[in-house]
Amino acid sequence: MAPAPELEAIGVVKRYGALLANDHIDLTVESGEILAVMGENGAGKSTLMSLLYGLQRPDEGRILLRGAEVRFSSALDAIAAGMGMVHQAFKLFDSLTVWENVVFGAEPRRGPFIDRRAARAQVESLTEAHGLRVDPDAIVGALSVGVRQRIEILKALYRRARVLILDEPTAVLTPQERDGLFAVMRRLAGEGRTILFVTHKLHEAMAIADRVTVLRDARVVARMRTSQTTQSEIVRAMTGRNVDLQISRGVAAAGAPLLEVEGLTVAGAGAKPLVEGASFQVRAGEIVGLAGVAGNGQTELVEALTGLRVPDKGAVRVAGATLTARDVAAHRHAGLAYIPEDRVAVGAALGADATDNLAMGFHRAAPLSHRGLLNVAAMVKRARELIAKFNVKIASERALAGSLSGGNLQKMVVARELSHEAPVLIAEQPTRGVDIGAIEFIHGQLIAERDIGRAVLLVSAELTEILGLSDRILVMYEGRIVADMARSQASEEKLGLLMAGRTAAS
Amino acid sequence: MSDFLTPFLMQSAVQAITPILLAALAGALCGAVGVFNMAMEGQMLIGAFAAICGSYASHSAGVGVGVAIAASVAFSLILAYGATVFRGDAVVICIGMNLLASGLTAYLLRALFNVSGTFSDPAIAGLSRIRIPLMPSIPILGWGLARQTAITWGAWALVIVVALVLFKTPVGLRMRGVGERPDAAETLGVDVNRYRIVTVLVSGALCGLAGAQLSLGAVNVFAEDMTAGRGWIAVVAVMLGRGHPLYCAAACALFGFADAVGLRLQGLGLPNQLTDIAPYVVTLAALAISHRARNSNALGKADRDV
Repeated sequence: MAPAPELEAIGVVKRYGALLANDHIDLTVESGEILAVMGENGAGKSTLMSLLYGLQRPDEGRILLRGAEVRFSSALDAIAAGMGMVHQAFKLFDSLTVWENVVFGAEPRRGPFIDRRAARAQVESLTEAHGLRVDPDAIVGALSVGVRQRIEILKALYRRARVLILDEPTAVLTPQERDGLFAVMRRLAGEGRTILFVTHKLHEAMAIADRVTVLRDARVVARMRTSQTTQSEIVRAMTGRNVDLQISRGVAAAGAPLLEVEGLTVAGAGAKPLVEGASFQVRAGEIVGLAGVAGNGQTELVEALTGLRVPDKGAVRVAGATLTARDVAAHRHAGLAYIPEDRVAVGAALGADATDNLAMGFHRAAPLSHRGLLNVAAMVKRARELIAKFNVKIASERALAGSLSGGNLQKMVVARELSHEAPVLIAEQPTRGVDIGAIEFIHGQLIAERDIGRAVLLVSAELTEILGLSDRILVMYEGRIVADMARSQASEEKLGLLMAGRTAAS
Repeated sequence: MSDFLTPFLMQSAVQAITPILLAALAGALCGAVGVFNMAMEGQMLIGAFAAICGSYASHSAGVGVGVAIAASVAFSLILAYGATVFRGDAVVICIGMNLLASGLTAYLLRALFNVSGTFSDPAIAGLSRIRIPLMPSIPILGWGLARQTAITWGAWALVIVVALVLFKTPVGLRMRGVGERPDAAETLGVDVNRYRIVTVLVSGALCGLAGAQLSLGAVNVFAEDMTAGRGWIAVVAVMLGRGHPLYCAAACALFGFADAVGLRLQGLGLPNQLTDIAPYVVTLAALAISHRARNSNALGKADRDV
């Protein structure tokens, strides 16, 4: 008889009130295997992982670890049983050193004191044994995201984890960091550890996982071997329909520059400016992608372009009108539409209904405004039209924006901004955290905008998105635009290096 | 200068530091676990009153100290549970505790001893002072330490103990973790509420000691609101020392010295209304200076985060 699987879920059910989050889920992972758990937002991946890791308890079903049934009452039980989880948002103490973070809660002692030498030695031997390079004495707050992730993995390994759950671990990494993580994952699997890899990125699942289990609407809808399947098959399982993964787009017919930026500088609180002398153009009929690891000045650059922040130096022109240091209304009036990065705090008013949200920015002029009063009938009519046109799934145009799912809320924001029919569109992380269906839709809209001759600036941390949509690509690093190249000259590797501050080997 | 730095001045400076130092240690411990304790004024006042009660009833200073610690710990339960289990706002709770301590001690003074304002009685046994031979012959430092209570000696020893606990032991590491990221500490098996509750109660014990030193350390008297802002000065000392016990102790030494200098200036004929403000002027100045330093620090951090 074959040995029992490392981890097994049998008929696991989890309900939140009326909502069925996990509907009789069966899942098996062998030891030494990397299993990708895939599914769209709300498919039940996170719930399933929290059940396996003891953060919540299943309503029905059993969880078996190496053949023996386990009932975790908290994550501590799971850790004691040899499970480890790396959350998407790291749980690290920024002011403490690496070794302090790793041994926290299970410190080696000498008398009443922490045995600092033993702790450091153990962390060092773990880093060497698993190829997780990190300086044990470094202060965590000063380390990059990729290194912090290694510390999270070290924490799990220090607690002798045999099963590792990685929840969307690549979302925050540069391609090089991601490749480093994959190397570590392969090594850990080679040592006989088991890895559950939660992701919605197809190429990553194909690249690293042995098998894929796909969830949709709280159920397992497919189990596949990556060696015997294709990306489109996985997408079909995730969405329940055929999705065209290839972003099809014609050749750009770029015309006159509509967005012109010259020497834009945004000072920071310290000596180093947040944006330093950024100069570029976006022409009619082209999509320019702005790539960069989050926090390299993209947010501040966009704020300066949209009038949310007054730049310290430089000029911004939209469709020929100089807008430097003018307010947001002036920017919008001159012809700028903006899909903000943070749809919850900036893009929409969650406490207001869809009608009001869709009217925002259009409420000062006819037809929505008449002699200084709002024309509610016109607002409702407009909302109905946009909801229908952009296929926003919402109970009614009077439902609160806060009741929408992430993807639908984003569609609503996109609908409002595109209805502005402005010559320049700035789309900031337009598909972050939305499901594949909405991504496909939003990408299609961006290309349609381009094709009718608008200038689109796409800011994204997703290289696949940048590479799939852009005609030209800019890379931002530490506040400066360090590269400006045609799409045909760009590759994932080249952009990754530029994003990490290295110059591309030409 | 030798006229100015007299044995008496040094001794009163060291004596003035003790309650502030103990309260500051209490504040530093609470700060480490992420509870902003500014109820030290009230905790100390309860301790001072309870010390007098205990000593009056038993004619023993030791019992007085024990009662002071017990009372202050019991009083601290309000913050310990209020800020954790009941999820209250620590600032609001602390303000309430300070007002409660002031009113409660004034009321009990009347109810128990039938006096108002101050209470003093020959039956109250004060803390004895430890005399160390030859000590007074060492200038300045020796003068200061020559005749001090066990609580004063203990307070300085506690500075070392608190520093060791915070930075060298597993408990201290966990305390700092609880203060910085309670959610992360929780996932690693640390009971955040338990750590916070115990720490606040320990702060109560420290403030109880501080109160006992205040009422039994020098003149064996309880006066309404006799803490006179020492708890607040301790709050400032914690901020100045960034929660590090050694730096907090240095800040306390500065304040204690300013206090004693004020006393001395009074002796030189300056009006006491003027000299009384000395510690507060030093407090304000220190706050302003540290605020400047912290501002530039915070900016540096923001820069790095971006």
